Amino acid sequence: MSNEAVDTKITVVALVENEPGVLNRIASMFRRRAFNIDSLTVGRTHKPHISRMTIRVDAGPEYARKIANNLLKLVNVIDVRILDNEPHIERDLALIKVRNDDTESRNTITEICDRYPARIVDVGPKVAIIEMVGTEKFLEEFIEEVRPTGIVEMIRTGVVSMGRGTRIHDTDYQRPDLSRAGAEGANGNGRIV
Amino acid sequence: MKLKGSDIIMECLLKEGVHVMFGYPGGAILPTYDAIARYEGRIHHVLVRHEQGASHMADGYARATGEVGVCIATSGPGATNLVTGLATAMMDSSPIVAITGQVPIPAIGSDAFQETDVTGVTLPITKHNYLVTDVRDLAYTMKEAFHIARTGRPGPVLVDVPKDVQTAETEFIYPEGDVALPGYDPPWSANDKEIDDALRLIDEAERPIILAGHGIMMSGAMQEVRELAERAQIPVSLTLLGKGAMPEDHPLVIGMMGMHGEASSNLAIQEADLLLALGMRFDDRVTGNLQTYAKKARKIHIDIDRSEINKNVKVEVGIAGDLKTVLTQLLPKLGQKSHPHWIRRIRDWLEDSSERDILNYETPGILLTAQVINDIWKLTGGDAITVTDVGQHQMLEAQYYPHQRPATLLTSGGLGTMGFGFPAAIGAKFGKPEEEIWAIVGDGGFQMTLCEMATAVQENVNVNIAIINNHFLGMVRQWQELFFEKRYEATPMVNPDFCKLADAYGIPNRLVTKRDEIEDAVNFARSIDGPVLIEFVVEKEEMVYPMVPAGADLHDMKRRPKPGEA
Ligand SMILES: Cc1ncc(C[n+]2csc(CCOP(=O)(O)OP(=O)(O)O)c2C)c(N)n1
Ligand SMILES: [Mg+2]
Repeated sequence: MSNEAVDTKITVVALVENEPGVLNRIASMFRRRAFNIDSLTVGRTHKPHISRMTIRVDAGPEYARKIANNLLKLVNVIDVRILDNEPHIERDLALIKVRNDDTESRNTITEICDRYPARIVDVGPKVAIIEMVGTEKFLEEFIEEVRPTGIVEMIRTGVVSMGRGTRIHDTDYQRPDLSRAGAEGANGNGRIV
Repeated sequence: MKLKGSDIIMECLLKEGVHVMFGYPGGAILPTYDAIARYEGRIHHVLVRHEQGASHMADGYARATGEVGVCIATSGPGATNLVTGLATAMMDSSPIVAITGQVPIPAIGSDAFQETDVTGVTLPITKHNYLVTDVRDLAYTMKEAFHIARTGRPGPVLVDVPKDVQTAETEFIYPEGDVALPGYDPPWSANDKEIDDALRLIDEAERPIILAGHGIMMSGAMQEVRELAERAQIPVSLTLLGKGAMPEDHPLVIGMMGMHGEASSNLAIQEADLLLALGMRFDDRVTGNLQTYAKKARKIHIDIDRSEINKNVKVEVGIAGDLKTVLTQLLPKLGQKSHPHWIRRIRDWLEDSSERDILNYETPGILLTAQVINDIWKLTGGDAITVTDVGQHQMLEAQYYPHQRPATLLTSGGLGTMGFGFPAAIGAKFGKPEEEIWAIVGDGGFQMTLCEMATAVQENVNVNIAIINNHFLGMVRQWQELFFEKRYEATPMVNPDFCKLADAYGIPNRLVTKRDEIEDAVNFARSIDGPVLIEFVVEKEEMVYPMVPAGADLHDMKRRPKPGEA
């Protein structure tokens, strides 16, 4: 199934409880169901108890529902969206360390960076670090242009995505001051209502 | 009132209505065992002989009662011994809560003595699990654990409690009301369109069939399914775990489906123009080759687990919801139907099957498993709870012990766990003390958990153990006969003298080698209030027919030849 060569990817966004072990549960589900993760990013949202993941999966669109349903089965996963079906913004960030030790390479790099929304964030006599932000495809295009100059090190964050306009992906869930039934002053309600 | 963590665990169990727990002590859970002593009389602790037994007992208890079964073990090896039982419960959606001790919080991650990352180990084989790192979290964690175990698609939940959390004190207040878990929201009912689509398909069908699964009993939808079948005159085929969902003597019930199912069921599925899959999950053991499975049929699938819908079999109407609720929505709009031709066709297949039935053969001088099981069925009035192990005897139980009531066949279906039967029968007896319980086990599987004989004696558990002794790992031998040219590698067994073994444990016993000895032995077992063991020495090289070889088309069954056809 998903381990056959596929040239399609699914973008899944999941809102999850910001708790220890949640990343493990999610990664484990993908491994167990034999879905290949292309990239996975986790970060905090504007609510401290909610994390948000953008997961790019190497699989055809026919697997989208399957992946969403299996994610939703996890108790700590609050909500899941497949972003491929809606207009959305997608960003990937790369730090690329390139050879920079002669005039030719220096000129090439400056020239390429001028044509892209890329910045040179560190320069030395031997190497420079370029920061480039964009869609996954755009980034790849950029990397291919830089490659002949000599990439010596590279890191990418993986894609993060957000639906455009008023497609708000959020949850009302408020974690009550950790119920901790019985904690001094707590009323024993907590997460239990 | 301030309580220790250990006592909070016990109070929570009481709040959840737990009367019995199955377990085994050890260092990291010792504070809780001290509390268990203080709660004896309110919660009974059953000392097992191996933690695997505890997990199967909790599972057997849960399957027999529909309530959450509880097992408890120490950290490290105690907890890892639960693993097989948790995986078994996970596959068959059985609600259990496992409590394990863990090394004290400061030692976690240091490879301390008897430290195992138990939440890590059990992550893929539990519905959910917890490591409690603050005694103040304990009460609501226990509450969540029980809630998750018993609701939605039930399953095992593990709560790992470090030793210092068991000894720490806090104010105990049990959270009242419902659990609010934002990410846990099992589906409940169908929308109007889904109901209308389902009704339309039922109305248009000429050759419909109901595939009745375990979910019917877990949802308590037996009456609704029966009404659906009767009103629309739809034949009902049962999964292994669905046995008991409808009385097997009901004229619309056409037997079990799948690898060792009735030929009539399998043929009907392949010929049907509508499958109504209710609380079942299209396991490969019931579908055979998916490419050729029920090709003529449209499909309606109702299951509480969204992820089961369109997982193995693509369906026209998939409804994620509680079966009883969904059928209650559907039934008022369902009209009468009849399918006399279809039902006649299935009847013909059934007749052909009974001609091939081994019970109709002359078998002088040999004892067959089918005969043993069918005689137990007769002698128990078909009304016992039978708990099987895994193998040929399990499939023959399914074929030769018809079940009339829900939750009267307890068997490891999804995981096929040898060693399940006997401990699960003990657990079932604790849940249903008024019922007659038979553990029907193979000579191979029984040896995996036979240490629980000591538990049965210590607790004087009234279970009857029927060992079907064919001196073989019979089901594997069957595969070797069919697919490996009878190379019987690692399947013949030199067995202990099971009766002497029973003697050693102090368990009354009988040896049966002939058919006319069965009645006496079964009556003997039934007359004794306590464990009894009967060893049935049966034919060594029996075959279970029909058989759909793994991955073959469902209609491509190996059948027993008719008499004279050989
Ligand atoms: C724990 C475990 N190990 C191995 C198997 C594979 N297996 C399935 S059936 C079977 C043979 C069971 O033999 P026995 O208990 O004697 O029952 P019989 O088939 O002879 O009735 C085996 C080894 C299994 N299901 N479970
Ligand atoms: Mg055997």
